[in-house]
Amino acid sequence: MPISRSRIGIRACRRVFKVEWEVVIGLETHTQLKTNSKIFSGASTTYGAAPNTQACEVSIALPGVLPVLNQEAVRCAIKFGLAVNAEIAPRSVFARKNYFYPDLPKGYQISQYELPVVGKGALTIQVGDTEKVIRITRAHLEEDAGKSVHGAVEGMSGIDLNRAGTPLLEIVTEPDMRSAAEAVAYAKKLHELVQWIGICDGNMQEGSFRCDVNVSVRPKGTDKLGTRREIKNLNSFKFMQQAIEYETRWQIETLEDGGTIQQATVLFNPDTGETRAMRSKEEANDYRYFPDPDLLPLVISEADKDAVRADMPELPQAMKARFEAEFGLSAYDATQLTSTKEIAEYFDRAMLELVSFEGASAYKIGKTVANLIINDIAARVNKAGLPNIRHSPVTAWHIVCIAKSLADGSINLKAVREQIIPLIWDENLTEADAVIKIIEAKGLRQVSDSGAIEAIIDGVLAANVAMVEEYRAGKEKAFNALVGQAMKASKGKANPAQVNEMLKKKLG
Amino acid sequence: MINNSLKQLGAMLASKQISSVEMTTEFLDRIDQHNPDINAYIALDRERTLAQAAAADARIAAGTAEPLTGIPIAQKDIFVAKGWQTTCGSRMLESFIGPYDAGVIERFDAAGAVNLGKTNMDEFAMGSSNETSYFGCVKNPWDRSRVPGGSSGGSAAAVAARLCAAATGTDTGGSIRQPASLCGFSGLKPTYGLVSRYGMIAFASSLDQAGPMAKSCEDMALMMNVMTGFDARDSTSLQRDKEDYTRGLPAMTGDKPLAGLRVGLPREFFADGLNAQVGSVVQAAIDEYCKLGAEIVSISLPNTRLSIPVYYVLAPAEASSNLSRYDGVRYGHRAPEYTDLMDMYCKSRAQGFGAEVKRRILIGTYVLSAGYYDAYYLKAQQIRRLIADDFAAAFTQCDVIMGPTAPGTAFRSGEKADDPVAMYLEDLYTIAVNLAGLPGMSIPAGFAEVEGKALPVGLQVIGNYFDEARMLDIGHAYQQVTDWHTRMPEGV
Repeated sequence: MPISRSRIGIRACRRVFKVEWEVVIGLETHTQLKTNSKIFSGASTTYGAAPNTQACEVSIALPGVLPVLNQEAVRCAIKFGLAVNAEIAPRSVFARKNYFYPDLPKGYQISQYELPVVGKGALTIQVGDTEKVIRITRAHLEEDAGKSVHGAVEGMSGIDLNRAGTPLLEIVTEPDMRSAAEAVAYAKKLHELVQWIGICDGNMQEGSFRCDVNVSVRPKGTDKLGTRREIKNLNSFKFMQQAIEYETRWQIETLEDGGTIQQATVLFNPDTGETRAMRSKEEANDYRYFPDPDLLPLVISEADKDAVRADMPELPQAMKARFEAEFGLSAYDATQLTSTKEIAEYFDRAMLELVSFEGASAYKIGKTVANLIINDIAARVNKAGLPNIRHSPVTAWHIVCIAKSLADGSINLKAVREQIIPLIWDENLTEADAVIKIIEAKGLRQVSDSGAIEAIIDGVLAANVAMVEEYRAGKEKAFNALVGQAMKASKGKANPAQVNEMLKKKLG
Repeated sequence: MINNSLKQLGAMLASKQISSVEMTTEFLDRIDQHNPDINAYIALDRERTLAQAAAADARIAAGTAEPLTGIPIAQKDIFVAKGWQTTCGSRMLESFIGPYDAGVIERFDAAGAVNLGKTNMDEFAMGSSNETSYFGCVKNPWDRSRVPGGSSGGSAAAVAARLCAAATGTDTGGSIRQPASLCGFSGLKPTYGLVSRYGMIAFASSLDQAGPMAKSCEDMALMMNVMTGFDARDSTSLQRDKEDYTRGLPAMTGDKPLAGLRVGLPREFFADGLNAQVGSVVQAAIDEYCKLGAEIVSISLPNTRLSIPVYYVLAPAEASSNLSRYDGVRYGHRAPEYTDLMDMYCKSRAQGFGAEVKRRILIGTYVLSAGYYDAYYLKAQQIRRLIADDFAAAFTQCDVIMGPTAPGTAFRSGEKADDPVAMYLEDLYTIAVNLAGLPGMSIPAGFAEVEGKALPVGLQVIGNYFDEARMLDIGHAYQQVTDWHTRMPEGV
């Protein structure tokens, strides 16, 4: 997608570029794996403990200590590999990345270099109505560093090694994204996926999911990649969008002005909305990678993969396809329903119950159930700031009761949306029979008795002779007005379908 | 008593002829008397040591003693030991007190052995003469103007001068065997992975292996029973059934206990570079083996000539990374004055490390650098494989390999200190064994007359993987018919 001027910000609007530019983006994402202990030691990984209370002798890198690989971290990596349909290396190698930094206790980071655990895979994203496949280059296991704490002690820097050795899976893409929107869509999709398969808690504030974004630009239509700059450590999607937009504009303007782009690592400043290159000294690092002699090559057998596969949840892509096929949902609805694992499970659970009660006819009301969940429940969950749909007072069972009553015609949708759902939500009526109770208490059961409906319609026709005349003269609108009058006369309880049918017959 | 075997010392303790406290005190008194000159120990802690001896006595009284319970053992200062100064021979760790116990220390503690003290060593085990130690040279008890070898020089001098009942050492390129040869006692480097490296301060992780240093093969077998075994904290530790390394010793008597044993003599080990006197002592030992029933097979290890260059790429590469943790940030030496972080790193490391350690860090950093990695590190790894293949081929023709341990006898202090290459050649016959991960042993084979002094010469025995028990049998058989291993230097 070319960069339209509106896309790259206000300043660009004042400028007409000589060339049409294309931005090329690739991501490297550090996902912190949800293991109880660190990747090479038994120390706890719980966030927020007092400084250095979760630093064992291995975390501190005392003389003589050795790393032992946490097998749970390996299972997480395999899970991810399976989820993005990637090659999982039968043999991968841990390597040392050597550099000095106060929060890097060994003077090297144990990572994977030439032989990563996860190889080529792919993730499908949706931007607007278009699907796009983003190729994943690799994913490798590595350990996190500690933290430098400045200012805690006057005139000194402190080192907190609680985080040192926390397991990370670094996921690297090909430069396949062509806009900030695509990059953010990929990041969000990945963010959902790693939580979906349970390998990462997704907490961006705590740094559990951090993105480095490689950005370059080139004249549209050319093949050669431009020189890239890497925006480091973005921990929100909003900042990612802003940073990419700023960086893109900066690179284009630099090139348009006859300048050149130097390969660099840059940081995004959320206060100014700008990216700025870090000191070039950092760039000069030669990491002297070599295989870590303290660790054996990581060998993963078919049986290991099978064991993890047996433990995998149904993936969002598969669930989406199933929802479309089984319940006749649109791609849009199915995407919405699989935006988080919790929503998908909520819908799935409701439909499973409905099918067990209603049999095949339940499939026909899938669309209604989907709409209720998307427009009424998920929307309320978002607005209320609840962690996920599981915290909604309106439970999947409530949805089953509502759908059953809708299906047998005993209530109508208006009553559901305007009375039943708001009441359960506001009053926190979580008991199983809440729906039935509200229907009875509020007298929401709709009138489906044809005698009673006929009496109402007769009354309406008698009272609205002018409208009847208009309708007979060919004014379709008048028919809807008559339906409205009939519904009003029934206090909203008449079965709308029956009203329609009988009115047509009478006027026919 | 000081010449007694571990078995005899154990019997004395068991029969209450002597208590562990008394035995330990006698060794501590000997150390007080001789260590000021020999400098075998870096750290001594009489109180802590005697407390351990008292605990051993209680255990003996309770009837739960094991073979090494109550016996005073010297520990190379490369093993982290809780509450003990643990320096690795470096100024960098001069004030470092071990906050935990190494796997090896735990095993000796569990066996009830008494930690007599921490022995001197080349700084971070880098050296072949013990001259790189920040805590001063160690003197060879056979001729105090000479070096004891290295890097386990303190343990070597302590065993030779009977300043301990036995000692531990570590061997990355010959650091147990070469000092055993130069000081006239028995030393064994086991198969890589048999002894836990947890808490053993790393020099070159893929080569480092701990082993026993003792007066005889029988003593080493008892030490091996304690030292070996799987340790889940070391990913390179091997999971194997527990072995009794003493099991074959009783059969090593009679007329030809080694009948049928095929001994391979590598042509390359008896060529240029070998001191003629050392060569004839080794030849005499081999002749003795023939009398015990061994057959001689001539073999070739063509790639061993490359082992020193390969070693001096790989070991420094690993060391340059292993020693990065000594940065002055969390523990160890920090320069008293500095201007910023970089200055703190530079000054702390410049002050904390000695010249040989710096040389190897520089070599290692160079060979791992972008653009040089393939030419040096990767090539060296490929040759390492060829060296291991040479041994594999040789072991299709013979059961064990024999030859000299070191090319010469103990040299004078300072003689090679300014010539690193001459120093590196000390490990000409031992390094290939580490590169292949094989077990290697040095046992006393006699003496060479050098400038009016009789200096010890060692015979090296190299076995196939996990063949330590057989190697100890072979050494024991020789020690049944010779008395070189019982000889003791004068003046101690």
